[in-house]
Amino acid sequence: MLLSRRGLAAFSSSSVKMASHGHGDVTEQGDMSVPMYWDRLDTPLPDKPYQDTLSDADKSLKQKEKGPWNHLSKEEKLALYRMTFKESFAEMKKPTGEWKTVVGGIFFFIGFTGLVVLWQRYYVYPPHPRTLDDEWKAKQVKRMLDMRMNPVEGFSAKWDYEKGQWK
Amino acid sequence: MFRAALRVSVSGARSLTRARPQYTASVAARSYSHGKQETDEEFDARWVTYFSKPDIDAWELRKGMNTLIGYDLVPEPKILEAALKACRRLDDLASAIRILEAVKNKAGPHKEIYPYVIQELLPTLSELGIPTPEELGIDKA
Repeated sequence: MLLSRRGLAAFSSSSVKMASHGHGDVTEQGDMSVPMYWDRLDTPLPDKPYQDTLSDADKSLKQKEKGPWNHLSKEEKLALYRMTFKESFAEMKKPTGEWKTVVGGIFFFIGFTGLVVLWQRYYVYPPHPRTLDDEWKAKQVKRMLDMRMNPVEGFSAKWDYEKGQWK
Repeated sequence: MFRAALRVSVSGARSLTRARPQYTASVAARSYSHGKQETDEEFDARWVTYFSKPDIDAWELRKGMNTLIGYDLVPEPKILEAALKACRRLDDLASAIRILEAVKNKAGPHKEIYPYVIQELLPTLSELGIPTPEELGIDKA
């Protein structure tokens, strides 16, 4: 839904830009009430060319553009492209390596959480219950066997009472 | 009285039918369950006509190209030829190169489409002196 609204904004020449950035780069974006330039894969020809103010050399090149393009050198053609567009499609599509930041951040915060849990173990947990000591648990098992708990198919059924060991 | 009421109701029904809106099928790429579907040839012809307008202006070129790129298809070489010639009429080499870049991007994973399109456009490209993005080296970041 958001994507189609941005697309519509691109199609309208009234240039109300869907600002993807916040207040930080006001100076770079300038006046949003006039046609704006943006590099978008789905909008190959933006509302205005990239370079507004052309040097005299650029202006004379623009004049030469009005003649046959076969008379332009490769460098001149490239210069004309760069006057009108900021980033080429290849540059737009270039991978950013942002994923490394994301994965690194994930690991960092998992690690931090681990430290928090460790701190909790020593400063938050109540005292260790004695019922979890090995000695207590051994006595508990012996009591369960002496009581013949679940002697048919469950607990005590697995204890060999003659030999005094687990079956 | 009964007959009069019947007459009124019949005419009422008729006017209702007349008032029903007519959908035209001339709008591109819309899928209606009724109405005539535009064929591929009609679609191509419509776009070739659009770009072939002799006094096309820069806004119309931009609007046309951006709309065309918005569709779920790679434009036929004949449409692109008309668009490139429109760039020539507007003395805009940069947009011509940009159009070729956009076509390559539209093909996506289907890597055989762009070389085919360039091959079909080669006469136009050499006649107008339009370099491919590869020739200028801007196909690599």
